[in-house]
This record gives sequence, C-alpha cells and structure tokens, in this order.
Amino acid sequence: MSAIIQVTHLSKSYKDLKAVDDISFTVEQGDVYGFLGQNGAGKSTTIRMLLTLIQPSAGKIELFGMDLYKHRKDILRQVGAVIERPDLYKYLTAYENLSLFARMSGIRPTRQQLLDQLELVGLKDRVNSPVKTFSQGMKQRLGIAVALVHDPQLIMLDEPTNGLDPQGIADIRQLIINLSHQRKKTVLVSSHLLHEIEMTANRMIIIDKGKKVAEGGVHELFDPSRMLIRVGIDNLATVLPAIRKSRWQALIREQTADSILLQMDQQQVPALTTELVQIGAAINALQPQHSLEAYFLALTTANRHVDPLTN
Amino acid sequence: MWTLLQIELFKIFKRPRTYIAFAAIAAIVLLIQLALYVDADSYIDLLLQSIRSHFSIEGKIANGYFVCYFILQTLLIHVPLLIALIGGDMIAGEANMGTLRLLATKPISRTSLMLSKFLASTIYTLLLLVWMAFLSLFLSMLVFGVGDLVVAKSQEIILHRQADVMWRYIAAFGFAAIAMTTVAALSFFLSLFAENSIGPIVATMSIVIVFTILSTVDLPLFGLIKPFLFTSHMLGWKGFFDNPVNYGAVARSAGILLFHIAFFLGTSIYIFRRKDILS
Repeated sequence: MSAIIQVTHLSKSYKDLKAVDDISFTVEQGDVYGFLGQNGAGKSTTIRMLLTLIQPSAGKIELFGMDLYKHRKDILRQVGAVIERPDLYKYLTAYENLSLFARMSGIRPTRQQLLDQLELVGLKDRVNSPVKTFSQGMKQRLGIAVALVHDPQLIMLDEPTNGLDPQGIADIRQLIINLSHQRKKTVLVSSHLLHEIEMTANRMIIIDKGKKVAEGGVHELFDPSRMLIRVGIDNLATVLPAIRKSRWQALIREQTADSILLQMDQQQVPALTTELVQIGAAINALQPQHSLEAYFLALTTANRHVDPLTN
Repeated sequence: MWTLLQIELFKIFKRPRTYIAFAAIAAIVLLIQLALYVDADSYIDLLLQSIRSHFSIEGKIANGYFVCYFILQTLLIHVPLLIALIGGDMIAGEANMGTLRLLATKPISRTSLMLSKFLASTIYTLLLLVWMAFLSLFLSMLVFGVGDLVVAKSQEIILHRQADVMWRYIAAFGFAAIAMTTVAALSFFLSLFAENSIGPIVATMSIVIVFTILSTVDLPLFGLIKPFLFTSHMLGWKGFFDNPVNYGAVARSAGILLFHIAFFLGTSIYIFRRKDILS
C-alpha cells in the first residue's frame, strides 16, 4: 500500500492560539481514515490545510506522494471534499450546481452523466429544483455528488453527518462504506461522534487541543479491557458492604446512590451478575458504556480548546 | 480561464438581484424622458434665461442628444451604487453562502479565480452602461428626434452641431466604462474583507460619497489631495463635450482611473492568494 496523505509535523497558529500543534499522520490507499476529536480540537483546521484553504504555520503535507503546495492543481484534481456544511448556490438547481462544479473540477460531463450522479445520491426527482428548496439531508447528498462528480481518488468529509436525521446519517455511513469497499476510494472523515468513526473507519487518529493523542487501527484502539459497565441496584446501600468485600471492589470506578460503575472485561459480566444476585442485590439495569468512548473521554477530558473554525 | 469566466457570468445572470440595477436604470431614464417629453420648455427656459436677452435661439433644443446629456449628468453619479451591488458581492457573497471554500478547493489557481470574478463584474458593469446608453441615447433619439446639442456649463454655453455629437457620446460612454469599472474594482477589493455583501456595498458607497465631497469642496487643504482621488476624475466624460476637447486632461483622468483599477485588482489578488479561508 502507498501513502495517499502524508502529514509531517503540521502546525497552525493564530496569534496566541495554536489550533494545530505538531501533528503527523499517514493515510494509506484504500483507508477509511477517521479524524476524531471534540468540537474545537483542530479537525477542521487540519482538513482545510489539506485542501489548501488554510496555509500551515509549519510542517509538510504530501498528497499522492507530491508536495501539496508545489503540485496544488494536480493534487486537487484527484480530491473531492465536503467541508462542514454542504453550501451550494441556493438560487441554482441541483443540476446547475453539479454541472458548474464539475466544470470547475476540470471535466465536462454529459447531461446523462450528471443525471446518473444525481440518481446515485437519490436526487433524480429534484434535478431541476433550486437548492433553496432542499432539506439539509438533500443538500448534504448534493454536496457529496459535487465531491464525487470528477471521480476523485481521495475524498475528505468534514463532519458529514452534522444536522442530518437518523436516516440521513445511516445513508452517509453506507455511502462511505460503499466508496471504500466498492469504488476503492480513500476516505478521510472527521467527526466528533465516536460511533460514526467506529462504524465506518478502519484507521483513526484522535486529536485534542490541536495535538495528536492517539493513532492506530480502530480495532486496536477498541480494547475490551477498557469496557465500562454501570450496574443499577435498587438496594445498593444494603448490599454495598458485601460488594466492598468481594473481588469486584477493585474494579469499581464510580459510585452513585443507586449504581456502581465498573471497568472490566466483557467476559466477566455473567460472573458479576451471578455473584451480585447471590449477595442479594436487586439489579435493575446493566448499562455497558462504550470502551472506545471511555478511552476517548479519558484522553480528551482536559480543558476545552478553542478552534476558530468551529467556535 | 474562459470556462471560469463563463461560470461567473452564469452565476451573476442567474441571480434575480442582478436585474434590479437594469430595472432601476430603466425606471429612472423613462421617468426623466417622460418628464421632459411632457414639459421640457420650462427647463430649457431656466437653462438659457441668462443669454436669451442677447441671443436668439431657434430650433428644438430638447432633442434626443440633449435628453441623453441631461440623463447622464443626473444618473452617472448614482450608478456606482448599482455596480457596488454586484462588485461587493463577488467574494463576500460567496463567503456568506459558504461556496468560497468549495471554489478554493477546486483545481484552479486563486489568481484565475479572482481574475475571472473581476472580469465578470466588469462585463456586468459594461452591460449596465450599454443598457443605459441604449435607453438614454438611442431611445431618446427615437422619441425626441435629433438636432444640435446645447451644453450648459457654469461659465459658458456650448453648441455642438448634430453631425459632431455621436462620436462624443461614444467616447463619453467609453470613459464612463473606465470610471464605473473603478467603482467595481473598489467594491471587489472591499469584498475580500467581509463575509456578507452589505459591508462592502455600504463601504464602497461611503468612500464614493466622502471622496466626492472632498472633490467638490473648495478648501485649500482638500485641494492638495483632489488630483489623487478617483472621484475627481469620474466625471471626466464631460470633457468630450468641451470645445475644443482637452485630450490631455481627459487622458490623464483616464490614466488615474486605470491606475486605481490596477491597484485594487492587484492588491485583491495579492491578498487573496495568501488568505486563509475560514468561512
């Protein structure tokens, strides 16, 4: 596999604010690469630097093995992007928007090719409708059609599910998977939603306060030993002394009036419930908390950081 | 570049707001023509009252050429507002819609993008002037007929023979095109610094108004800066109706306006090439 994106010691500063601080990462061909971080972590700034919208303060960006700023036009011909909101010309129709951006991307598709593209994103019936009449989900789909119209090798999607309803989110998720599996595209997708990344990406980076805090395969970062389970117990006060004396005491991470939070291996759950019942606990709920979520929060719960693009 | 220009023109002429300027010019010109058609004599009497006692003036003074001159004098001061509506929207409007970031991720250079946008706003400006010329000159010629042109200046009244008028209008509209393109370039430049088009439009008009006041007020201090203000040269088209025409002064005014256009455009490209697009 070859590197499609190679970012080395990338930084961006705004006066006193370091929006991106010495980030390095590599995206291989065929990856769905997740870019995860809280709002303001520096995701949008990084993606905008990859698209030449923002000039880095330091560092190097190579796409397709070429320096981004030396070969900007050649590189951008192979890149499609949806950056935050899919903002298009509201007074133009879906067809006119798509045609216009196709020509700006250096291609002259036939009418039929454009219609096929619109059909692919489910807008066949709204070809001649002005974009101002579109719902957020339809705009998002049109934005993706614009990003894909010139058949790019690399697709960057910055928070692509923002503002979408559950069906719209599921559609985008499926589209990302299809782009990777069926059309063999490389996809960089950013989100502040952990499960979005987990469900679509094979590799990911977590950034916080502009810095990289973790990078690797999604399944490597998804470590079952980090699983958290909240156990709701009606008579917790009564059985708590017994629990304190048991082997589970060492795994308790948090306690409320009617629940305890334990960090444990998923395989230990049956034994836990059995033993709690044996000591007389009236269990009313078992709520597994995502291990990756716990990991993510543990990495990023420090002071919030302000990214000028998202705040 | 040609493709980009086509796209920019397509966007401009698909927007309803583009036609506001054409409608506004049509409304004003037609109203003035109607007023002069109904009663031009009162205005002509007022205009010529100081020389009536010494000269006998015969013939139809309120002809198409005269009406056109009257309209241009009245209207060319206000056209910058209509031009700023489009020029001020070229970058700021895209930033406001969020489309600027999409444009800037396409495989086109930022310089080409800026040049195509500026050329498109210049073409819009020229079309606006062609529309104005059609209504104020050719329609007036059709309605009022043609004849010798009487031009009243502050100290003199000049009479141009009918056969000697048309080339002056062609030259005057050519000069006006340069003057109006200067306003387009200014609003285009200001458009770089805003994320909605209201700011650059208001700023352009404010600058035109302030500079016009500075250009017209006769105070010694202002006299030092007047020659360098573009507003001091925007009415240079009137020079073509002097007798004889002072070509040196007209050319100097046109040169100063062209310098302003080059400055605003060059600076806009320089800034945009280095600008972080955060919208």
